[in-house]
Amino acid sequence: MASVPHDHTHGHGHDAAHDHDHHPTGIMRWVTTTNHKDIGTMYMLFSFVMFIAGGIMALGIRAELFQPGLQVVRPELFNQLTTLHGIVMIFGAIMPAFVGFANWMLPLQLGAPDMAFARMNNWSFWLLPPAAILLISSFFVPGGAAAGGWTLYPPLSIQSGIGMDMMIFAVHIMGASSIMGSINIITTILNMRAPGMTLMKMPMFAWTWLITAFLLIATMPVLAGAVTMLLTDRHFGTTFFNAAGGGDPVMFQHIFWFFGHPEVYIIALPAFGVVSQIIPAFSRKPLFGYASMVYATASIAILSFIVWAHHMYTTGLPVAGQLYFMYATMLIAVPTGVKVFNWLATMWRGSITLETPMLFCLGFLFLFTMGGFTGLVLSLTPVDIQLHDTYYVVAHFHYVMVAGALFSAFAAVYYWGPKWTGWMYEEKLGKIHFWWSLIAFNVTFFPQHFLGLAGMPRRIPDYNQQFENWNMISSVGAFAFGLAQVFFIWVVWRMATGKSGIRAAAKPWDGAEGLEWTVPSPAPYHTFETPPVVK
Amino acid sequence: MKWLEFANKTMLRKLVVFTLVMFAFGFALVPIYQKICEITGVNELLRPDQVKNTQVDASRTIKVEFDANLRGDSMWTFKPEVTVLNLHPGELATVVYEITNTASRDIVGQAIPSYMPMLAAEHFKKLECFCFAKQTFAANETRKMPVVFLIDPALPPDVNTVTLSYTFFEMPGGAPAASRAPAGKLEAAQPVVEPS
Repeated sequence: MASVPHDHTHGHGHDAAHDHDHHPTGIMRWVTTTNHKDIGTMYMLFSFVMFIAGGIMALGIRAELFQPGLQVVRPELFNQLTTLHGIVMIFGAIMPAFVGFANWMLPLQLGAPDMAFARMNNWSFWLLPPAAILLISSFFVPGGAAAGGWTLYPPLSIQSGIGMDMMIFAVHIMGASSIMGSINIITTILNMRAPGMTLMKMPMFAWTWLITAFLLIATMPVLAGAVTMLLTDRHFGTTFFNAAGGGDPVMFQHIFWFFGHPEVYIIALPAFGVVSQIIPAFSRKPLFGYASMVYATASIAILSFIVWAHHMYTTGLPVAGQLYFMYATMLIAVPTGVKVFNWLATMWRGSITLETPMLFCLGFLFLFTMGGFTGLVLSLTPVDIQLHDTYYVVAHFHYVMVAGALFSAFAAVYYWGPKWTGWMYEEKLGKIHFWWSLIAFNVTFFPQHFLGLAGMPRRIPDYNQQFENWNMISSVGAFAFGLAQVFFIWVVWRMATGKSGIRAAAKPWDGAEGLEWTVPSPAPYHTFETPPVVK
Repeated sequence: MKWLEFANKTMLRKLVVFTLVMFAFGFALVPIYQKICEITGVNELLRPDQVKNTQVDASRTIKVEFDANLRGDSMWTFKPEVTVLNLHPGELATVVYEITNTASRDIVGQAIPSYMPMLAAEHFKKLECFCFAKQTFAANETRKMPVVFLIDPALPPDVNTVTLSYTFFEMPGGAPAASRAPAGKLEAAQPVVEPS
């Protein structure tokens, strides 16, 4: 696309020399910063480090599962790896990545000078590294890290060692961080939009984040309550979940999934937002059915609160309960279907070009929809009772988490990266990254459907010989997928340092819409100090 | 920009209150859950079952197995006097469990039942059980305690073996009995004289 030098048409109160200079230098710049762009960058770097850490754990799991029998890790360590892989990827990688995009892009998209509470923004980021240190270092304490699965079910989570306490504190800290981040996002969106930008003129990314932030402040405190109850059961003699004192372990599952199911949409909705920005840009058409997109997002969020027990069909729910949760769960397919059809209709008769962000969005569209369909299969109680805790479930949620959330995060990096760095990525390298990831992803996770249907249970380091071939293929795919992300580091490195040699225009995508493209690339340190007027 | 600062602070206050309310809601789910279980009759471990159908179905014989477990390194011995009974559905039966506190101090404990297959749980009707209450044992005390039960004739025809398994838990710090117990129904089962 067009390569033009910085354009300084955007005026603000400072002269050029002061433009980049109102902050301390060196490490203190990052520790003390209240600038939404600095904090957004730190969120993204943090989430990528955690993504690599969680990825290494995943490769430990896949290395062990390459062959039946026990070769690489001890079973106790295997359990710790599956548990921490889940927590690290959800709370450390995916959620902070999208909070990072929100920090960078929401003020730019809404025409605000910064986030509403800049100092709280700094604090909500800097809570994350201590939580990450707690999680990672728990591998090295006596008894090792938490090993009862990322869902922290009692009785295992009440009986295990100090690693579980570290996990509980980490969840508290990350929850506090998410809550502060959400309060910041809601206030920014509701109070700081540029004059003329009504709620129904907001970009979809802002809409999905507004709804996500409400989900976060509604559910994160409940999770905090649940892990607090675990903590007091462990150390202070309460018996919320301890059968000996009349508690009930199943009650933890109810409280956990009251948080846990909305959490699924906390991850998915911002991804929907990113895709809703990118598909219109590369189809060169406005988003089809904007209003229905907003309503569909809100309906998904509301429905997410009333379907939690579909994770618990095997706990002995009464039949009436099973039927209710089955039908309520299937209902979610309706607004999700509205979204998928809107994306397809946006592309219909558009002048589509297939740059890397668009490729990742198309990958998202295909694979997320597949993950949605396997989810629909699992919503059926009689089927779920067969498939519960098998690799079919693992395949299902990796299709929506990896091919859904992660692919859309990659799309966002390629789409907005030029705005952040001032340089274009190299299209050829981006495309290699896409096809490499797409193929490796499917090689890894598609066979897991077969394994699950054949009855291979999840979270077990050893397996029956009949599962050997598909596991071997899956492990090969996993290592290829991991390597693709090392390649991604190189692609982004070349973009961030300008080694790609292509300067980014203020609006590098000719079909893109939105205020973020009216400021130069890279976006100056301070933007929109005088709010723009939206017609 | 003063008005914006004010508007933001007002919003912050509302959202913080909402967050705190949701934190409290997380804890409120505990009594809500217990209330729902009580109203719907799901998962009530501490109340005697109501038996409507007392017709004995002599055409079927069900093998009923009894099992006893302890949790951790507790100071108990715990076992049923018979491990297997063959019963007709609807036939009233009694099995006696013997519990000894081998510690030299008083201990409070509670037995929690479970069933195999899971399906059998709703057809296993306990009319009287030591598991309906917490039990206090003096140092070195041995006590024999009964379960009076019948198997509901509605038990699906393909189930021929049913296992009743108890786990005896020591109450942490002699804590009060299970909170799910309906008030006023918590009389400790009396030690019974051995039958025959």
